[in-house]
Amino acid sequence: MDGRSAELAQVDLRIPAAPEDLEKLAPGNVVYLDGMVYTAREGVYRKVLEEGAPLPDGLAAASNANFHCSPAAAREPDGTFNVGGVTATASFRFSKWMPRWFEVSGAKVVIGKGGMSGPDYREHFVPAGAVYLTTVGYGTGALLGRGIRRVHDVHWLDELGIAQAMWVFEVERFGPFLVDSDLAGNSLFEEQGRLVNENLDRVYAGLRPPALRRYGETDDREEELI
Amino acid sequence: MIGNEIIEQAAYEVMCKAAIDIPDDYLGGIKGMVQREEGTLSCFVLRSMVENYEAASTDRRPMCADTGLPRYYVKVGNEARIGGGFVGVERALRSATARATHDVPLRPNRVHPLWRTDHDNNVGINAPEIEWSFEPDADWVEITTVHKGGLFGTDYRMLFPGDGIDGIKRFYLDTLVAFGKRGLACQPAIVGVGLGGSKDVSMVLGKQAACLRTVGDRHPDPRIAALELELKALGNDIGMGAMGFVGSSMVIDCHIEVGHTHTGGMPMSVHTFCLSSRRATARVGADGTIEPRTDPRWFTPYMRRETVEWTSEAQSARKSP
Repeated sequence: MDGRSAELAQVDLRIPAAPEDLEKLAPGNVVYLDGMVYTAREGVYRKVLEEGAPLPDGLAAASNANFHCSPAAAREPDGTFNVGGVTATASFRFSKWMPRWFEVSGAKVVIGKGGMSGPDYREHFVPAGAVYLTTVGYGTGALLGRGIRRVHDVHWLDELGIAQAMWVFEVERFGPFLVDSDLAGNSLFEEQGRLVNENLDRVYAGLRPPALRRYGETDDREEELI
Repeated sequence: MIGNEIIEQAAYEVMCKAAIDIPDDYLGGIKGMVQREEGTLSCFVLRSMVENYEAASTDRRPMCADTGLPRYYVKVGNEARIGGGFVGVERALRSATARATHDVPLRPNRVHPLWRTDHDNNVGINAPEIEWSFEPDADWVEITTVHKGGLFGTDYRMLFPGDGIDGIKRFYLDTLVAFGKRGLACQPAIVGVGLGGSKDVSMVLGKQAACLRTVGDRHPDPRIAALELELKALGNDIGMGAMGFVGSSMVIDCHIEVGHTHTGGMPMSVHTFCLSSRRATARVGADGTIEPRTDPRWFTPYMRRETVEWTSEAQSARKSP
């Protein structure tokens, strides 16, 4: 690692995460996880929150870390699983389910791609005592795959398919992740986005808008699409 | 005569290789960006990605678990004779996709758009996509696969001649900034721009420009080549790097492909390939040999021909090796 990368503080976090450990996390910290992590995205959210299916027994005790992802996995003829890698999916689409998911699951760590909006953090994450970790570059699937020790369990596999099933992974030095939102709802993406926005007028200088506008489009370059 | 089984074997091999081994041209481009990147966070991301490519190759595991929508590009030599015919090739490519999905393993991403049902093998209605092109004076078949994340980083717009180069630059910036925020486009990436054609062709050309040309490759028209370099520099001047963090690592390279278009319009598409730019090609020779490589060499002089006639021999002599 060169000097520039070494400036980022590294933290090892045990899952299930204790509130006092989460308090120490700050936006931009590099995090590695040990313990149990489960996947849940639209398939599981619909199943549990809309259809009322009960959470798997013992899930809340085993893990409070919800990864928005699907594994590159295959079922072998002997019933075991070959998990090659995992990569996060963009979290903003799950916003509408998060408040109830926190209530039902007790999740305190949400891991995904691209973070969620500032209002999501302040209105849903902060009251739930939850932080958000983002995967790095969104493509470190092989490094994350290395951190998976074994498939502890998988739920609703036949019904939801490999991509949407709930996978429970036993993980060791699982990462890297970056803290996006801390317990106070401060967001790394928001802060970095503000800094990038400061430069945009200069980059666009002199470029006239096209002759035909698009319905519903905005010229507010600070507006986020999520 | 090229048999079905050799087509399937080549298709299976490229599907596995694309998922695991990052192409050299792209890796070289990323390593150059690591040297230049001054944003702490963006630099950390790039370094992690380089580690990730190494882990993937060492462990023989997919570099990214999002398989995107795995698909094939097939170039058939005009003199090639295929045992099972074209239907046989399509059957072989579907079978190779299903087998590679299980064996690598690739994430089975493909679901029905309405019912969300998953065959767990990346095969379904219109999936995998298979695009065909042809090459004169050749007796081989070339099979390329691309795995590209599917949700972000692409946009299309009908511009008009009066919008000019400025309009092109502006829409290019719009797309990079919109999807670059929070890194939804998984930048830095190879950016492809499709200009002209009918609107669907503009999308196809831009996608192929992003996915089927290598870092450092320049368009044979020197004015288009100059615009490619200008757009590359413009993208890296936004002030945004990997994951939308402050930085300069946005565009590894920019490729433009053009098609003659409606006299009143200038359709344009922009496509960002992924940080995990997964592509692999194999040439299946008439003798049944399989030669792997990472450069698809998709855009040949024949593909970009402008005239009514194509004089095979004279034009072939000008072909790049």
